[in-house]
Amino acid sequence: MNIVVLVKQVPDTAAERTLTGTDHTLDRENSDLVLDEINERAAEEALTLKEENDAEVTVVSMGPDSALDAIRKVLAMGADRGIHVCDDRLRGADVVTTAKVLAAAVGTVTDVDLVLAGDAATDGQASAVPAMVAELLGLPQLTHVRELALDAGRVRAERETDSGEATLGAPLPALVSVTEKINEPRYPSFKGIMAAKKKPVATVGLDDLFPDADHAAFLVTRTRVVEAVPRPARAAGTVVTDDGSAARRLFDHLLAQKLL
Amino acid sequence: MPDVLVLVEHDGARVHKSTYELLTAARRLGDPVAVLVGAPGTAARLRESLARYGATRVYAAESTEAGEFVGSPAVDALYLAVRTVDPVAVLVSATTDGKEVAGRLAARLDTGLLTDAVDLDSSGTVTQIVFGGAYTTRSEVTHGIPVIALRPGSFDPEEHPGDAVEHALAVPPVDPAVSARVTARRAALAGDRPALTEASVVVSGGRGVAGADGFKVVEELADALRGAVGASRAAVDAGYYPHQYQVGQTGKSVSPQLYIALGISGAIQHLAGMQTSKTIVAVNKDPEAPVFGVADYGVVGDLFSVAPQLTREVAARRGGS
Ligand SMILES: Cc1cc2nc3c(=O)[nH]c(=O)nc-3n(C[C@H](O)[C@H](O)[C@H](O)COP(=O)(O)OP(=O)(O)OC[C@H]3O[C@@H](n4cnc5c(N)ncnc54)[C@H](O)[C@@H]3O)c2cc1C
Repeated sequence: MNIVVLVKQVPDTAAERTLTGTDHTLDRENSDLVLDEINERAAEEALTLKEENDAEVTVVSMGPDSALDAIRKVLAMGADRGIHVCDDRLRGADVVTTAKVLAAAVGTVTDVDLVLAGDAATDGQASAVPAMVAELLGLPQLTHVRELALDAGRVRAERETDSGEATLGAPLPALVSVTEKINEPRYPSFKGIMAAKKKPVATVGLDDLFPDADHAAFLVTRTRVVEAVPRPARAAGTVVTDDGSAARRLFDHLLAQKLL
Repeated sequence: MPDVLVLVEHDGARVHKSTYELLTAARRLGDPVAVLVGAPGTAARLRESLARYGATRVYAAESTEAGEFVGSPAVDALYLAVRTVDPVAVLVSATTDGKEVAGRLAARLDTGLLTDAVDLDSSGTVTQIVFGGAYTTRSEVTHGIPVIALRPGSFDPEEHPGDAVEHALAVPPVDPAVSARVTARRAALAGDRPALTEASVVVSGGRGVAGADGFKVVEELADALRGAVGASRAAVDAGYYPHQYQVGQTGKSVSPQLYIALGISGAIQHLAGMQTSKTIVAVNKDPEAPVFGVADYGVVGDLFSVAPQLTREVAARRGGS
């Protein structure tokens, strides 16, 4: 069985994130980059399934040179091989482009049974890419999943969203995106880190994925940021220490602000 | 006037408020045309409400299996509607399901997608708030019919009564090989509370609430204020409250008139989901808690004493008025 896991390197949210002044894309030079934590859980799920089903796990990431670190981390956790989509023309790629490129990269892996992803990266927040990749590959989408089981060529999943919880079923091949609830990712062992250095990683560009050059040139241009303005930081307001009357004073304040 | 497609969110009996917001926003671009997916008879039930908020036509994809599959019936219906009316834009609510439907439609049409917009002008340029409130950006679609997901609560629904003629959309049956089937469903346990992303008041609890039982204090204040309940990730991870109520970077983004944080320290990832709220109130024992840096009104104190007192004050006023 073949499992592909999609991972993304993102700026560490604990640090400040800035946009470049020129084209309003993420300023990667001034960000600390890490493997997105939900993706790490998707990888963990892939590796658990690998142990149960004797699967081969391919990790796919799109991003600049540094994204190789994210791929190596998943290889160190136990994945078998990597595909790194790296092309200067993908700088500032929007969601549709990202989904198309990822779908094309998954398409280079033969006989895929399951594609795994995190349900939302901490930077873009679109939370739509996994469903879009499923759409483009013609796979059933099982998104926002906190529990997953494979059995007899089918996948069963517990989905959790604002509209409630649902049990989903679909035949394989399928795409599953996971929530933070799914598992606790393992730490790569020293042995794993050493082994990862020898695992194969294919680097591919747009011309490899889309041999039709016209198509590739148009890949990154469906939306445009026309303006980006930093928002003023919120200023701290009144702070009172409770001496038994704070609730009353807070109530009066809310009343005066017409919030009640 | 050109047509603008609006995907209707509903529960079979009622149209969700976020759809009225979409219809209102759509009028900036053209004539709103509602696209509705549901069980047979749904359009007949909802047509009048949609017409009251400005829908000029209702395209209905009705079938018994509409609710049985995730996303696909809506994507198929919108795709067919786009082919039928050739709209200038497609608007969808930026809910969990809506964002995925918008994304799949844009991928299928190969057009530009703009998600989580908080505003929209007559040229189709949208405003978004990115990086947890650090930047306001304005973006436009440069290729194809714009597919735009609008954050619920960003527009005030305005009535614009008219007639809406119903048209049937003959969508082919869903192919179960490419679509996940819903085999069981458990509704969210929100009860009578407003939806988190639509509420004008949100009361959230953090690890300081110290247990699932402790969340009663949060719920009681939310109910007195007729608001929604939210939770920090630490509270969710500790099992105090369900995941779908998480506010923050990996949870919901909320922007209510009033946000009350009880026992929440104010980590940057939590602030990312709530710092665009109009007024922020924080109650925390620790005077050094970072949440006080963004709060308009902070109370250094025990939430188990402050919140119930505030609940009583609010209830007394509601009772008296
Ligand atoms: C990639 C990533 C994504 C994340 N996404 C999110 C997210 O979406 N949402 C989110 O919330 N967090 C998120 N986090 C976690 C975040 O960093 C914090 O760990 C979390 O927000 C802390 O929750 P808390 O404030 O409830 O808990 P704590 O930080 O433990 O704070 C509890 C607070 O309660 C106070 N307190 C205790 N008892 C009382 C009492 N009786 N009365 C009053 N005050 C009391 C304490 O003084 C303390 O300040 C994310 C983290 C990472 C790394």
